[in-house]
Amino acid sequence: MNNSFLLDGEDVPFTPGQTVMQAAAAAGKYIPHLCWHPDFTAHGSCKLCTVKIGGRFATACTTRAAAGQEVDNRTEELTAKRRTLLQLLFVEGNHFCPSCEKSGNCVLQATAYEMGMLSPHFDHFYPDRAVDASHPDVLLDFNRCIMCELCVRASREVDGKDVFALSGRGAKSHLIVNSESGRLADTDFAVTDRAAEVCPVGVILKKRVGFTVPIGQRDYDEKPISEKAVGKVADGVKETG
Amino acid sequence: MSQRGKMAVKSMHDSLRIPGSQEDSVAAAKIATILDRHGRDGTRLVQILREVQDVEGWLSPATLSAIAEGIGWPRAQVESTANFYSFFHTRPLGEYRVLFSDNITDRMLGNQDLMRSLCHKLWLEPGQASEDGLVSVDTTSCTGMCDQGPALLANYRTITRLTPERIDEMAHLIRRRVPVGDWPSDWFHVEDNIRRRDVLLDHGLAPGEALAAALDRGPAGLLGQIERSALRGRGGAGFGSDIKWRSCRDAWGDAHYVICNADEGEPGTFKDRVLLSSYFDMVVDGMCIAGFAIGASKGFIYLRGEYRYLLDRLETRLAQRREAGLLGRNILGRGFTFDIEIHLGAGAYICGEESALIESLEGKPGKPRIRPPFPVTHGYLGQPTTVNNVETLALAALIAVKGGEWFRAIGTPASTGTKLLSVSGDVERPGIYEFPFGVTVAEVLAAAGANDTQAVTTAGAAGSCLAADEFGRHIAFEDVPTGGSIMVFDRSRDMFEVARNFAHFFAHESCGFCTPCRVGTAVNARLLDKLANDHGSPYDLDEMEKMHRLMQGASHCGLGNTATIALRDMLAKFRPAFDRRLHSPDYEPGFDLDAALSQARRMTGRDDPGAHLTDNLSAQAGEHPSEAQP
Amino acid sequence: MSTATQDAAVGTTPRKLKVATVSLAGCFGCHMSFLDIDERILPLLELVEFDRSPITDIKHCGACDIGLIEGGVCNAENVHVLREFRANCKVLIALGACAVNGGLPAQRNHLQIADILQQVYRTGHGLAEGSQIPNDPELPLPLNQVHPVHEVVKIDYFLPGCPPSGDAIWVFLTQLIEGREPALGHGLLHYD
Repeated sequence: MNNSFLLDGEDVPFTPGQTVMQAAAAAGKYIPHLCWHPDFTAHGSCKLCTVKIGGRFATACTTRAAAGQEVDNRTEELTAKRRTLLQLLFVEGNHFCPSCEKSGNCVLQATAYEMGMLSPHFDHFYPDRAVDASHPDVLLDFNRCIMCELCVRASREVDGKDVFALSGRGAKSHLIVNSESGRLADTDFAVTDRAAEVCPVGVILKKRVGFTVPIGQRDYDEKPISEKAVGKVADGVKETG
Repeated sequence: MSQRGKMAVKSMHDSLRIPGSQEDSVAAAKIATILDRHGRDGTRLVQILREVQDVEGWLSPATLSAIAEGIGWPRAQVESTANFYSFFHTRPLGEYRVLFSDNITDRMLGNQDLMRSLCHKLWLEPGQASEDGLVSVDTTSCTGMCDQGPALLANYRTITRLTPERIDEMAHLIRRRVPVGDWPSDWFHVEDNIRRRDVLLDHGLAPGEALAAALDRGPAGLLGQIERSALRGRGGAGFGSDIKWRSCRDAWGDAHYVICNADEGEPGTFKDRVLLSSYFDMVVDGMCIAGFAIGASKGFIYLRGEYRYLLDRLETRLAQRREAGLLGRNILGRGFTFDIEIHLGAGAYICGEESALIESLEGKPGKPRIRPPFPVTHGYLGQPTTVNNVETLALAALIAVKGGEWFRAIGTPASTGTKLLSVSGDVERPGIYEFPFGVTVAEVLAAAGANDTQAVTTAGAAGSCLAADEFGRHIAFEDVPTGGSIMVFDRSRDMFEVARNFAHFFAHESCGFCTPCRVGTAVNARLLDKLANDHGSPYDLDEMEKMHRLMQGASHCGLGNTATIALRDMLAKFRPAFDRRLHSPDYEPGFDLDAALSQARRMTGRDDPGAHLTDNLSAQAGEHPSEAQP
Repeated sequence: MSTATQDAAVGTTPRKLKVATVSLAGCFGCHMSFLDIDERILPLLELVEFDRSPITDIKHCGACDIGLIEGGVCNAENVHVLREFRANCKVLIALGACAVNGGLPAQRNHLQIADILQQVYRTGHGLAEGSQIPNDPELPLPLNQVHPVHEVVKIDYFLPGCPPSGDAIWVFLTQLIEGREPALGHGLLHYD
């Protein structure tokens, strides 16, 4: 049997065991995502990669590719759903792009641009979340956390440290660090950790380098995420074989 | 918790405890004893946390550190589990913790007035410990006592049939610091209220009889009977039990496990509580039979935290069965070994979802796993696991004796056998009704003594809501599927308040893993509150429809996928209840603009006309808005 | 697309569209950016005339086709002005980050306004002896929280950015005036 499926009508090859997301990324096709990263275990929580497979909704990052599948990705219906998901994330946290040093490199922001999100639409929750500046090299601004758990996975799977965890339940979910004081400085976190690199939004920020690349010359200033992310991921997939 | 909250806890904690003090070492010794009893095994974390909290009163930052060290887990993961479950507290909430069951049926029986009254008598606000640190009062999700509510949990012990008199006396007992164990014993009495018995509730079998019959049939013969019976899971989803058991048996693994899902959390459901209370041997026989069929030697009962009052009784009965050769090694002298351990939940509806239940059983927050793989191949500790509802297991025991053909003759072709229904709300005789599948909603209502019925929810908060013209429909997987929760609302009830109660339930119980459910349930609760607070507009009803379309389909698990079904039904069938709540046909802000000036008025002492804001409607009807200012 | 602008766009009478603009809890940055359309303001003036706006200094908004709101809603006066715009403008547009999500002023939202007033006017450093919180009835009272404009009135369109660039404003307005659904492509859609 031919190992390929149809993504928006285009043939996408896959190797057995690959997810729809992995196969699409390897083929240079963009499926929107926030919590997925090629280097880490799929999580399936942000739901931005929701696609329609054979008429049913499924997350591309957790669904195995299968020969002959018909996958809808960039349709009006899915764009509208993804825009709503983004709006929910924007009102759940405190996302003030003009005062965020991640602006321009932020995956949440760039994905919202890609989906044509013009407003957060819903009433804002304006949660009261803290900033932790205790660590000498890294600032944590929890206001922007989208609960993707990429830092949790990176710290566990790559750094072997378990510095981060998601705590609480439901709308009270929040990121915590591995110390009794609750301060990052009291953990074994280091600026060289992989977990310091993976935050898609502006929660985990290295100190003193925030504006090394000026606004206007950043990742998604250059190209929209649909072009940028695909290039990056395709390279990564090639390298790791 | 906010940073300020954390600081408060930290300072309170410091003031409570002198490092290196005698008190400190006593506490440490107690924690060590508990850890040792659980073999310092992290998968037992939920049990460890509960037992430590019983001793310490709450789970302080230092306590969590000690537990983390004891089980060799990262502290953040221990904190994560501790903060997930409603019944664990990481801040002090008093020697007495009173939790009013807040299902819609409790509300209909007046729980809100009772709770206000208790708070008033104890001089406290809901959710906050009293200033002397003695007591806190709050609400909790349905405690499964809907046929004998209003109910509450006092230090996690169930009290039913609350009355203003009981509340008065309770306040008195708390102020006098009388231990909950010394409160009047009749308060803790829980009735079975069995109103209609059929083949299961009239089984007439001796303990172990079904198990013996199963052993006689052999695993293949037994599975054949289960297949012939066409038994489907009673939790609500209705998955074929024989397929589940066969897939599990055929899956490769170091060990196989049976889990009895006794996390009966669906609002309005209490039939498993009755099976556990009065038919426990049938349930245990069923578990042993399942173990025999799939090749397991270990089973777990995941008992919801709300049913903690049953724990000792069930443990005792398991011990008696071991003595009698009906559990443990060499059961009935037939060389079959199977034992059961009871795990107690800690207040999380989501743990009724089988993969969340397994996560909880492994000591983690109850967040549903990515599926596939399914538990039948990768379940508890990654091993093949069958998770069955309490009622399903009891029925399997019945089938082992009576045979598949006999069972199949009961009910409808697609829904064989009987179904236990927990009926509550506006009926004369709330309680348990065992009916063959295919019974109409109207027949159930007639049996329970329902009058002037406006609506019936047929699957708790997570399923359909039927209007009177649908009462001729049949309870069956192919028509009106149900896990057993039947809540009845007569014409005096405001269906808007039912919808609002459900929306808050889901916002409270969403595990928070996926975006649509975590934020969507919160948005829905806010929208319904907006209507309740007289700020509603038709836009808000459209928003609820929009949330329904998003959450159903995009959510990670059944909770999010079903959380808006009843709301959608009520919007469609009981629209006037919502329209009545609309303040204006036009857009309305979600908050009270005039109240939003309250702090500034207080700080400036102003009360002139310019220090107030009217609502949008009055503003449009009035003069030129800017000229309205002084 | 609203019928108002459509009528004006495709109708046979070349009536100029009336446009009003205002800055609520904003910094006038969006208005400055508006002026960054530079000489394109001349062809724009062929199509529109300004009602209430910092450009005209007209104090109250009359019947308008389009209203542009910069800034969020932080006090009682903002509420009055926003309602006046909603009552008079056929199409209301939230212009810029603060109007869209509260922006910088909304970063006070996790604090109590009572505590802020207390600290700013009574307990902060460098205050004169006996300083009091101003209570002149002429002064609008601050709201407990700052809100984006769509949380107070119905908003028809949103043009984010801090500020939206002159080009973004130009593209957005011309599309709207031509009766098209405004769409900003890569480079023009910005939240910062």
